[in-house]
This record gives sequence, structure tokens and C-alpha cells, in this order.
Amino acid sequence: MNASITPITMPKFGLAMTEGKLAGWMVRPGSRVKAGDDLADIETSKITNAYESPAAGILRQVASDGETLPVGALIGVLAEDDVSDADIDAFIARFAAEFATDEADGQEAAPAEPTVIDVKGRALRVLDLGHGDAPPILLIHGFGGDLTNWMFNHAALADGRRVVAFDLPGHGGSAKDVGDGSPAFFAGVAIDLLDHLGIGKAHLVAHSLGGAVALALAWQAPDRVASLALIAPAGLGPEINMDFINGFITADRQKTIQPVLGYLVHDKSLIGRKMADDILRYKRLDGAVSALMQIAATCFPDGRQADDLRPVLERGGIRALILWGEDDEILPVRQSGGLPPAVTIDILPGVGHMPQMERAADINRTIGTFVAQ
Amino acid sequence: MSKKSFRQAINEALRQEMRRDPRVIVMGEDVAGGHGGTSGTVDAWGGVLGVTKGLLTEFGEDRVLDTPITEASYIGAAAGAAATGLRPVAELMFVDFVGCCLDQIMNQAAKFRYMFGGKARTPLVIRAMFGAGFNAAAQHSQALYPLFTHIPGLKVVVPSSPYEAKGLLIEAIRDDDPVIFLEHKVMYDDEEEVPDEAYTIPFGEANLTREGDDLTIVAFGRMVKLANEAADRLERQGISCTVIDPRTTSPLDTDTILDCVADTGRLVIVDESSPRCNMAADISALVAEYAFDALKGPIRRVMPPHTPVPFASVLENLYLPSVEKIEAAVKAAMGHRVPEIA
Repeated sequence: MNASITPITMPKFGLAMTEGKLAGWMVRPGSRVKAGDDLADIETSKITNAYESPAAGILRQVASDGETLPVGALIGVLAEDDVSDADIDAFIARFAAEFATDEADGQEAAPAEPTVIDVKGRALRVLDLGHGDAPPILLIHGFGGDLTNWMFNHAALADGRRVVAFDLPGHGGSAKDVGDGSPAFFAGVAIDLLDHLGIGKAHLVAHSLGGAVALALAWQAPDRVASLALIAPAGLGPEINMDFINGFITADRQKTIQPVLGYLVHDKSLIGRKMADDILRYKRLDGAVSALMQIAATCFPDGRQADDLRPVLERGGIRALILWGEDDEILPVRQSGGLPPAVTIDILPGVGHMPQMERAADINRTIGTFVAQ
Repeated sequence: MSKKSFRQAINEALRQEMRRDPRVIVMGEDVAGGHGGTSGTVDAWGGVLGVTKGLLTEFGEDRVLDTPITEASYIGAAAGAAATGLRPVAELMFVDFVGCCLDQIMNQAAKFRYMFGGKARTPLVIRAMFGAGFNAAAQHSQALYPLFTHIPGLKVVVPSSPYEAKGLLIEAIRDDDPVIFLEHKVMYDDEEEVPDEAYTIPFGEANLTREGDDLTIVAFGRMVKLANEAADRLERQGISCTVIDPRTTSPLDTDTILDCVADTGRLVIVDESSPRCNMAADISALVAEYAFDALKGPIRRVMPPHTPVPFASVLENLYLPSVEKIEAAVKAAMGHRVPEIA
């Protein structure tokens, strides 16, 4: 292979992704790009996401807009001016031949699947990836979410480290009993899960209501928490968009759920029918809606957040990072204000309530660096 | 969550609803399978195709009623039981047998709520298997969903997969109106991931099994699977299709069909029922009336000929819509000239 030619391949967003559609190039052929520039929009069955350039160079496109290709297939190459067209064509031909051989050999390992485990009599759906000496990460999703909220992050963070995601009680494939529905209750379940998995101390990476759960866990059992990386966390202010909460609870069809899901993201075109379908499938399970109602009644009575968990961060002693989309329509970004100076705050412009999906690469980089410190 | 067959999904829906609600009962010919007579074998079959197996042993003879071969009597009894407080699931076995009990369905169950000024509820489900491809001949192979769809007061469900079947059957049992639930008999061994928990799928909301830009395919029941296979092949040839599974023919999600036609401008309808006055005719009329300006070319329909279902398997295959016929119809709708498939 020619070292001055960098292949750009169909990325793997999340474990279930086997192929992606090149929804559109954002860079014209012949343009110079830097590492980290957005190259193209890649559409999966769940969501569309921007793919960032892995290196610098001049782009030569291989695949066209609208093409659907397997993960790992060549979609373009980066090269410098001095590389001849013939060299690039030879590179593309060699890559295609080797990729076809790899595919035929079935080298792609079967993706890890979540499993349902019994934790103190409670069924929890868990996805446990990676291993290494570094302290593990526990991923905690938010209200109405599930472990697939981390589809763009889980595998990336699990490079040389164990990373566990699970469905909170009442969510996804976990049992639907939510106790009193409070962050403290969910924190207790998360501690049970850490015990069950033999994890003494974990970095907590948590989103939205999961952020309040992580804060409650840090309050209950500070010795179990290596650090807190909180994405748009609940528990830091009273306001919450109840149009989202109530709409999410009551919507039972595509037409009613899609506008509600629009609150989650800055770029509304990210919300696809398949994503809405997955949420409707979960919501149609017996007990799912009443679990959500119980959580909302406990966490957001009278349309405001009941739990003020700022004291956890004010007490200090645990390293904390807070990431927040500037255009968050569920929990306003101003709730990240007034925290102790030891807490690192990172505000992301042009991002809504789901930075881990809307800016996956940035979030993975920031959290990866934070937990490695 | 685990892989379950269409048969298991339906069995699980019945079992979970019978556990949840003591008013739910099952009745029909052979639903207890092998009970009665002098055989001494209890629940040996669980219905002619094994769908109700295990229900008799779990719920007993008070709630799983083996009936005589008299559709008129037990369908009528089920309608009456529904009107007076139970939630019966009556099995008609082959939908073709509706000829023996149409009055009970059409003039009684379907009319109670309306004619009693909304004071009567008829939470009745009639399950039946339908469709060709099983070499069951002309009296046991019809796709009669348009017949029921034509009758106001009935809801009509045509599930296309195990996941769909379980959620739609639980919805049917919890619904307060008479629901006709039609299972394609060739699909009983089809498998897919189905949640272990009970769940519902609302009536009147179509499911898009795939989204494409060039053409919309509407298909029902087993035809959804064939339409998806055809769409896979067409995708590789550069034609991208949306596939709509309406799930219920009554109520029909006309909004989704019209929206998709507005987006794609082309329409193919795949309907296993006989061509006169079927769903394909109904949807063609709907689109011609409300989305004519969006159409870039004629609507194409993939349907059997207007004949009884043949018994001989070569003729039965010829009779049925197929992946190849759908593929050809899509290409024709796209304006390609293609040889006609006999």
C-alpha cells in the first residue's frame, strides 16, 4: 500500500450497523481537508451522522451520493498532489480486492449483543464491552432512552477499557418496575449492577436524567465513583421542557412522536422514522408508559425538577466534567452555570440535548481524555 | 426477547391475555385439539395447525371451548358472549368457512354498537387463517380480507410477521369492537425477534418496512415479505422503494399511503385477494382521487387472476403474486419496458 494514500471507509456507528448509505458528501472532490473536518453524512437505519476526516489531504471520492455500502468498504481516499492518478487507481483496485477477500473470509466478528441478566431479582439489559487495566466506565442513559443512546460512543470508549451500558429499570429491555422513580432509586440499582459485575469503582458517563442518577450515586457511594462525565445532566436546575416529557409519555404513533423527538436534537433531520419506530416499540410494551409516568411524577412534579443535586458537585472530592449543547431544548444550558471552578464545563455550540449523538467524535475524544487523566 | 415463530407469537399473545384478564376465552373447532370423542388425548394438536396448543391444559375447559362443527352456532355464541361481558377469541379455522356464519358477523356483531346507540360493546375477536400456497384448494385458500373490510363495524387485521402478529392480536383482544384477525397459513413457521412481554400495536397506523425515493409499494400480510424481497433486488439495480404494510385494512391508514405516494410519485399495490373490489382497487381509487397530481405514471397492481385458487401446485404458484412479478411491476411503473411474466 502507498503510505501517502489514506483510505476512507464506511464507518461503523454502533454495534448493529453492518452497512451505511452515503447520504451526501460535504466536501467536493479535489478539495483539501484537515483531520476532523466533516467529510460526508452517513445514514444508518437509525440515524444520520457526520463522518469526520481521519487525516489531512486532498479528497478523491470513490462512492457516490446515495450509495449503500458495507461497513469497511472504501468510500474515498485522501492523497497529496504528488500522488499520481494511476497510483490512486491501483490503490483503489488493491483495496477493493482485499476487502472482498476479507468479507468472503467472514473476518468481521459477530457484533456483541446485549444480554438480560438478573441483578438482585431485577432483569437488566446490559452490554458489556472491552477490557483493560483502566477503571471501567458505566454509561447511564436518560429519561425514555436505553443503551443504544450510546451507539456512537460505546465501542469508541471501550478501546483498552471495560465499558458497560445498561437499560435503566422501566426502559428498553429491562424490567419495568421503577420503584418510586427517583434518581436515588436508580442509583441504588446501578450500585447493585456494579456489585454484580464485580466493579469496585467506575467512571460514570451519564446523560440527562442519567446525570441525576450518577450524581445521586456519587452522593450515596462516593468511593464507587472514579469520575463524573455528565452530558446535559438533570439535577442542576429546576427547569425542564415538560412538552417533551408529557409528549414522550402520551405519543403512540409516528405522527405524534416525531415532533416530540425533534426537541432532542439541534438538527431535526436526524430524527428518522426508524428511530421513532424503535421508541414506539419500547413504549408499547406493557408497563413502559406507566413506568415513565411514575418517573415523571417523582422527578418532575408540577413541571419542575424536584431533585437539586448541586451539593454533590459542591462537596467536591470527585473529578467532574460537564458537557452541554448550547441549543439544548430539554434542559437549558444555563443550568451549567454557578458550579465550583473545579468542575470542567464544555459548552458545544450548534448542538441540542444529545451531544453524544450529534457530536459523537468530539464527545468521545473529550471523555476519552478526561477518564484517562 | 427471543426468536419466535408466527405460530408461537400468536400463542403467546393468547396466553398472556388469558393470564391478564379472566374474561378472555378461546373457542372454536379443535382449539383444544384431540379432546373429546373416545381418543382420550387432551390437547394433542392445539388446533389444526397447533396455534392454541397448551391453552387447554393451562386454562381448562371453562375457558378453552372445543365446539362442534357448526360455525353458525359458535360464532353467534361468541358474539353474544362478547355483548354480555366476556372477551371471546373465536377461531374460524379457515376463513373460507365464513360462508356458514356471515349473518352472525355482518348483521349481528358488527351492528350491535351502532344499533344500540353506543350502549353495547362487542369485544369479539375472530381469528382465521387465510391465503394460498398451502395446496389447500379453492375452498380453503382464499384471501377474504376485502369481504370483511367492506362491512362497517368490523376492524380487520392482516399481520405480516411474528412481531406484528403478537402486538396486533393483543390490541385486538383489548379492543371493544369486533375484530377479524387473519393469519396467513404459509407464515406459521416464519421467525423473528419478538419481545417476551405483552405489547400492543395500534390499529390504523401503517408500518413502513423500508423507505425509498423512487416508488411506493403497498402490500398486505405475506405479500409484505415478498415486497421486501423484491425491493432488496431492486435496490441493487438502483431503484429504491418504500414498502408500506397497512397492518389493518379497516381502519386503513390512508394518510401514510397518500404521503408516501406524494413523496415518490409512483405506486405498486400487492394484494393476494381476488382482483375485483379488493384492497388494490380501493387504494388505487383513493390515490387517483387524492394524489393524482403526484403520480408520475400509472398505478400498477400485482394480484391473482379472477379465478378460484387452483389446487395443483404449479397452477397455484402461477396464480399467486411472486417476488418476480412484483419486481416486474415496479420496473413497469418506473417506465421500463419489461417482458410480461405469465
